[in-house]
Amino acid sequence: MILKIDNVTKNFGGVTAIKETSFSVQPKEIFGLIGPNGAGKTTMFNIITGNYEPTKGQVLFRNESLTGLKPHQIVRKGIARTFQNIRLFSSMSVLDNVLIGFDFQARYSFFESIVRFPRFISEEKRIKNRSMEILDYFGMSKFAHEKATDLSYGQQRKVEIARALATNPELLLLDEPAAGMNPSETEELGQIIKKARNDFDLTVLLIEHDMKFVNQLCDKVLVLDYGKTIFEGTPSDAIQDKEVITAYLGDFHND
Amino acid sequence: MEISIKKDQWINLAIVATALWFIWFASGHFDEYTIRILNNIAIFIILAVSYNLINGVTGQFSLEPNGFVAVGAYVTALLLVTPEAKMYQYAIVDPYPFVLTLHANFVTALLLAGFFSALLAFTLAAPVFRVRGDYLAIVTLGFGFIIKILAINNPEVTNGSLGMNDIPEFSNLYWTGGIAIIAVISVLNIVNSKFGRAMKAVRDDEDAATAMGVNTFKAKTLAFCTSAFFEGVGGGLLAALLTSISPDLFDFFFTFQLLIIIVLGGLGSTTGAIIGTVLVIGGSEWMRFLDEPMNIFGHETTAMPGMRMVVFSLLLILIMLFAREGIMGKRELRDLFKFGKKGGK
Repeated sequence: MILKIDNVTKNFGGVTAIKETSFSVQPKEIFGLIGPNGAGKTTMFNIITGNYEPTKGQVLFRNESLTGLKPHQIVRKGIARTFQNIRLFSSMSVLDNVLIGFDFQARYSFFESIVRFPRFISEEKRIKNRSMEILDYFGMSKFAHEKATDLSYGQQRKVEIARALATNPELLLLDEPAAGMNPSETEELGQIIKKARNDFDLTVLLIEHDMKFVNQLCDKVLVLDYGKTIFEGTPSDAIQDKEVITAYLGDFHND
Repeated sequence: MEISIKKDQWINLAIVATALWFIWFASGHFDEYTIRILNNIAIFIILAVSYNLINGVTGQFSLEPNGFVAVGAYVTALLLVTPEAKMYQYAIVDPYPFVLTLHANFVTALLLAGFFSALLAFTLAAPVFRVRGDYLAIVTLGFGFIIKILAINNPEVTNGSLGMNDIPEFSNLYWTGGIAIIAVISVLNIVNSKFGRAMKAVRDDEDAATAMGVNTFKAKTLAFCTSAFFEGVGGGLLAALLTSISPDLFDFFFTFQLLIIIVLGGLGSTTGAIIGTVLVIGGSEWMRFLDEPMNIFGHETTAMPGMRMVVFSLLLILIMLFAREGIMGKRELRDLFKFGKKGGK
């Protein structure tokens, strides 16, 4: 397995956001993390990316514990993420946004950049070409020199995913990628994620509310409710599970 | 793509050549007063461009440049003033023996001024960047005050509030202008590299930058130390231009003036910092005629000292009203050319 969540608990003061949750994700799997609002999904993301320290338990990535690593170190291990509300760098062009993902992969020093050493020029050229390739993959290269925040919502989403892929991840965390998109954009996004999984050798862990999207995309889902796992299995089984339906719609059978 | 890079380089080269020619021309043809102002402008370009790196490009609102400039100025003064001149200068208490032995040439003194400022910035970075936003401003403001108080209260080294005098006047337009060109090129090269991109990413969204694998603390520290280095060198040039320095010179007003310059020019724009310097330092000198008696359409007015500052402040307010993000915003000179070609936006 590529990612293993080992008995993780997270408390915020007296509130338990996640309670003794364990699951594991297999390589090249598209794994859905679903559940009603406040179920602890984004908290789980923040624990994996190192923004939060788990109160108990640990996260293993390729059998290596991530405990104590800073968020930027975890990215360098091969875990990239997107945000629930798009967070592109607003003053920068689309290309510069993607180039940020290459920050730790460009091999030149501070002084080499000041005096413009040949290595600076060749490395900049290399990462620019790679960035354009990634943008091209998403059909976004024609917007490379536009300001990122001038694009439409759906296009910004693609730039955000392109930017995450620039860090050369093995595991990609997508926080509600289809939020705010119309049905055709959602459909297109699903195709892109499936295609990118094969072309970039990715494992995808995603949070999503759109059950149709989850159903056609995910190989496996984990349903969380108030920080507890209530279901783990295929998405088609999930929507028929009594406990899952109760969590989403309320328990109106025994009223 | 290839052609446009080449063209950019030619334009840059032409700008540098023009600047060098201007320095040469001004040194030979202008009067002493004008050269004095040009020296001031060149030094403030160094300071504003480097201050803009941390405040504008990296978005870390800090208020400490007076501290770094003071460190640079004192280091340079201590290294340049001859031992004989030091002997009779220290009127409050006798200096430490090592103070008398310090001596170096101008280049070494400037480099050491920059080095000590940057070293100080490096040690400060860890405590200072634990806080963000308004708190960072307060912490760095305190640092500026501390440096001034240290300068006053250590007369064995700094001659206290009397300051250092008889600093050899090494600064001339070749030094100030030349170093200004080096500073501008260095800062622009940093901004247009992965380090500059990381700094801008920190400004736009620090958490997203972290999520892209950027070590945000490192990016901030690099910006802070580079900025401190050039502020130290600028302070050294200032000391060797004024020939005497005292702690009062480096109070908060100094930082405030730099802040006006970079906000007026456009936070985050190096071109803007240069334009802001010329307007604020050059403009406030040029407007001196407002303080004197004037003949307006045959009507004689009496001298009105302070009129200059009134007009100057009004102009500042007007500029900020009509250009909210400063004159240049976040744009640079070559962005203007690009936008011009596309027909604007």
